[in-house]
Amino acid sequence: MAITLQAYLVPEALIFGMDAETSEEVIRNLAGKLMYAGYVRGSFAEGVLTRERAQPTGLPLDGKYNAAIPHTDVDHVIKPGIAMATLARPVMFRNMVNPEEQVPVQLVFLLALDQPKSQIEMLQQVSHVLQNPELVEHLMNARNLFQVREALRKANAVSP
Amino acid sequence: MPQAKRILVACGTAIATSTVVAKAIEDALRERGIEVITRQCKASEVASMVEGMDLVVTTTPVPTNLGVPVIQTLAFLTGIGKEAVIEQIVKALGTK
Repeated sequence: MAITLQAYLVPEALIFGMDAETSEEVIRNLAGKLMYAGYVRGSFAEGVLTRERAQPTGLPLDGKYNAAIPHTDVDHVIKPGIAMATLARPVMFRNMVNPEEQVPVQLVFLLALDQPKSQIEMLQQVSHVLQNPELVEHLMNARNLFQVREALRKANAVSP
Repeated sequence: MPQAKRILVACGTAIATSTVVAKAIEDALRERGIEVITRQCKASEVASMVEGMDLVVTTTPVPTNLGVPVIQTLAFLTGIGKEAVIEQIVKALGTK
């Protein structure tokens, strides 16, 4: 299946090599960008943080880097989109499948989902990316949207 | 033709994760010639939705005393150990 993540990425909500101390800092920063770009309401960041406390989204991956996919209820969202941050050093998220375990995360996809069941493709796309360690590494090395698109194009060229 | 097995798929808020996982399970089992029916719910709803189900697959902790097998896995999101989990599901459903 072709990776079409670029269709959902919000160009104004990409942060490359972010230097953050905590997962909260990453979430607030990305949520702010989604808000100014008109994708989410002001309550979105708090909604995501609350959900993350109850239902964490850290995902250990099969490569050098781990990821997190924070998201929240649809009421905080105006239109669907994905914010992405690559981190200069890992911050701790808790493991989705085992919340007692900490996962050092360097790739964060903050998902603005505006309907309970209609954005499967969006999360499916993120999941395809996460299952491709080489692509994750290319995304981690990207420093702008052009390089993100290049990484996705290359991944599609390898496995169309 | 035996009746299709029913799988309850749970995640934190049933917003998106369980839908993606349910679809991945359906696809993986269909490739093996096994048709299943999936339903999605929040982890907190599992106990009240489990009636009539043959298996629970969840990405987040759920009670384990449900009376049906529970498989807790991120494999359908991250790809890690996916083949092994599919085997586990096939076995738990008793379709082979």
